[in-house]
Amino acid sequence: MSRFLAFLRKEFYHIFRDPRTLIILFGIPIAQLMLFGYVMTNEVRNVKVAIVDHSKDDLSKRLSQQLLSSGFFQLAAIPSSENDYESLFRSGTVKEIIVFEPEFAIHLMKEGKANIQVIADASEPNAAQLTVNYTTAIVNNFVKNELMKNQPLPGINIKVRMLFNENMRDAYNFIPGLIAVILMLISAMMTAITIAREKEMGTMEILLASPLKPIQIILGKVVPYMILSIISALAVLGLGMLVFEVPVIGSFALLLAEILLYIFLALTLGILISTFVDSQLTAMAISGFVLMLPSILLSGFIFPIKNMPIPLQILANLMPPRWFIEINRTVMLKGGGLNEIWPNTLVLMGMSALFIFISIRKFKIRLQ
Amino acid sequence: MRTLYYILQKEFTQIFRNKSMLPVIFVMPLVQMLILVFAATNELRQVDLAIVDFDNSASSRKLTTEITGNPFFIVRQNLSSTKDAEDLLMRNKIDLALVIPRNFDKDLTLSKRADVQILVDAINGMAAQLSLGYLSNVIGNYSQKILVKTGKLEPGLMKSIEIKPTYWFNPQLNFKYYMAPGILVVLITVIGVLLGGMNLVREKELGTIEQINVTPIKKWQFIAGKLLPFLAIGLFDLAFGLLVARLAFNIPIRGSMPLLFGMGSIYLVLVLSLGLFISTISDTVQQATFVTFFMLIVFILMSGLFTPVESMPDWAQKLDYANPLYYFVKIMRSIILKGSNFTDIFNEFAALSVFAISMFGLAIFRYRKTS
Repeated sequence: MSRFLAFLRKEFYHIFRDPRTLIILFGIPIAQLMLFGYVMTNEVRNVKVAIVDHSKDDLSKRLSQQLLSSGFFQLAAIPSSENDYESLFRSGTVKEIIVFEPEFAIHLMKEGKANIQVIADASEPNAAQLTVNYTTAIVNNFVKNELMKNQPLPGINIKVRMLFNENMRDAYNFIPGLIAVILMLISAMMTAITIAREKEMGTMEILLASPLKPIQIILGKVVPYMILSIISALAVLGLGMLVFEVPVIGSFALLLAEILLYIFLALTLGILISTFVDSQLTAMAISGFVLMLPSILLSGFIFPIKNMPIPLQILANLMPPRWFIEINRTVMLKGGGLNEIWPNTLVLMGMSALFIFISIRKFKIRLQ
Repeated sequence: MRTLYYILQKEFTQIFRNKSMLPVIFVMPLVQMLILVFAATNELRQVDLAIVDFDNSASSRKLTTEITGNPFFIVRQNLSSTKDAEDLLMRNKIDLALVIPRNFDKDLTLSKRADVQILVDAINGMAAQLSLGYLSNVIGNYSQKILVKTGKLEPGLMKSIEIKPTYWFNPQLNFKYYMAPGILVVLITVIGVLLGGMNLVREKELGTIEQINVTPIKKWQFIAGKLLPFLAIGLFDLAFGLLVARLAFNIPIRGSMPLLFGMGSIYLVLVLSLGLFISTISDTVQQATFVTFFMLIVFILMSGLFTPVESMPDWAQKLDYANPLYYFVKIMRSIILKGSNFTDIFNEFAALSVFAISMFGLAIFRYRKTS
């Protein structure tokens, strides 16, 4: 036991004496939390627009005013002719051009109907679509409040209830996913690299020749990263709850148990990778391609899996984070319990069992 | 000049003798373009929807048919309570639930006004908004249709402003057109920073750099010798990636190719110098990769590749002035999709050039022949 503890201490020294390892361990989680928390948002804000008012009447002026004071739009240009539109888009000066037809107010008062043309720069398709949606919503509001004086409109009235994320906060979407990505990075990637490093430096042979049992060597490698992973997971979860006000509606104990299961899975994956590779560089390349990219892009973290083509959906099903992110979201935001997430839990367990099985088969105690 | 020629010859021989090099040059662009561009999409393929019809009348059934007839919606019907719908939402089986209340038909015929309720799984706000938009559109059109048919629209009373949207440069709102140029930028950035950087730090780790240090090769010749081969590989991959994008997604290329590759060269000099600079300050491959990895994550996420830069807070937009990816993502999208010309992107060009020259200078300056 004391031998094992000494080995463990050596591992901790290894980690804390290399400032660049610390960058990965703490810098990346913090940077990602900041970026996703404060920088990256799909909401459309401060869209640069041009307004072309061919009518210049009282109503069109009032509506323009309303559009610009909404906070979504910023007047960036007043083109004098249609020939300017294209170059305004090409240079990125504006993203949307709003054109009022001539005699706007007269059409509206006499015929009850007037037209506005909206041209959007669809080289950014989603932003374009959302911008047009906002424009429509503001114009419709204008019609309802100013022209119809709030009298009820005929037709089907839609009442919307936003479940699980009433205020459409971005943090609700990314905090559960970020936990999965960061844990994958720390647990799997760092474990794989550190074992590969011992192999590459030749120090693995020294360890194997020592009286430490193989299982102790592996445990000694894994335990520090397990502890760091748990700290990291709790930190992200805590910051998510305190700073970004993401709730944990379901059982906290269940969430912790699932996090532990996922850390265990990631560690076994790290060990598995390290049994296949001999150099740090390969370990890093494999971790980067097999772990990082898929856990960010094929897991539903940023982009919903159901929007992908079928072959990629199948591929995504092989990715552990895909199952874990769903668990996180269900327990944290929807208040679900084992009743809803048992299939995901089983998948995670099955994957860990498989990884352990292959690692044991591949682990070589003998030197070549 | 002759010295440079020999260094180049050595570098190329070394690169092509490395067996793992060819897959990196050919396979990585293919995999990235095909997998990432398809995976990174916010375009909705289908919306899973449940309909709870409490009214079960002619009107409500007609509305249901209208929705099921739309191939975009995968509909689960015949739920008997709102609770069932909420349960499906909880288990991630559906995105939206439409609840048609009792008296829907009666309200619609008598007072011309009826309510429906939509429950939305709003965890992913973007997806929620888009799918809600589609369903509202279908319901709105249906509503319009009945009102017109029953002559309930009295023109004198009603006032409406019709919005006619036109989507320029990408009328079908194809998300792949948007992603492909951005992913290409990531591709050549990774090639530049990682391959270029790793190459030099490997020489350090193996000790072979000492052998070069004792030769009369000048500092700039050495750095240029490390830079030019990867510049060629980077440009080749840019062309290869564009070809894949053209063939696989049929992406339109509106702008001028010479302009695109000119900008690409400047950008590659910048990222290669950056990689070389990182490797001059690192001693091992591992250190260099860790630093690069960290920088790339921050650069990529802030570049506007996934989310619009305009929506970022002010301080982040200011920080982006120092982010090479921000400029090049913008340049690529502008030239490829909008056909922007040199004057349109002059500011970005100027910024990139300044960065490229100073980074190249810094890399030469930091490289020491003495240890």
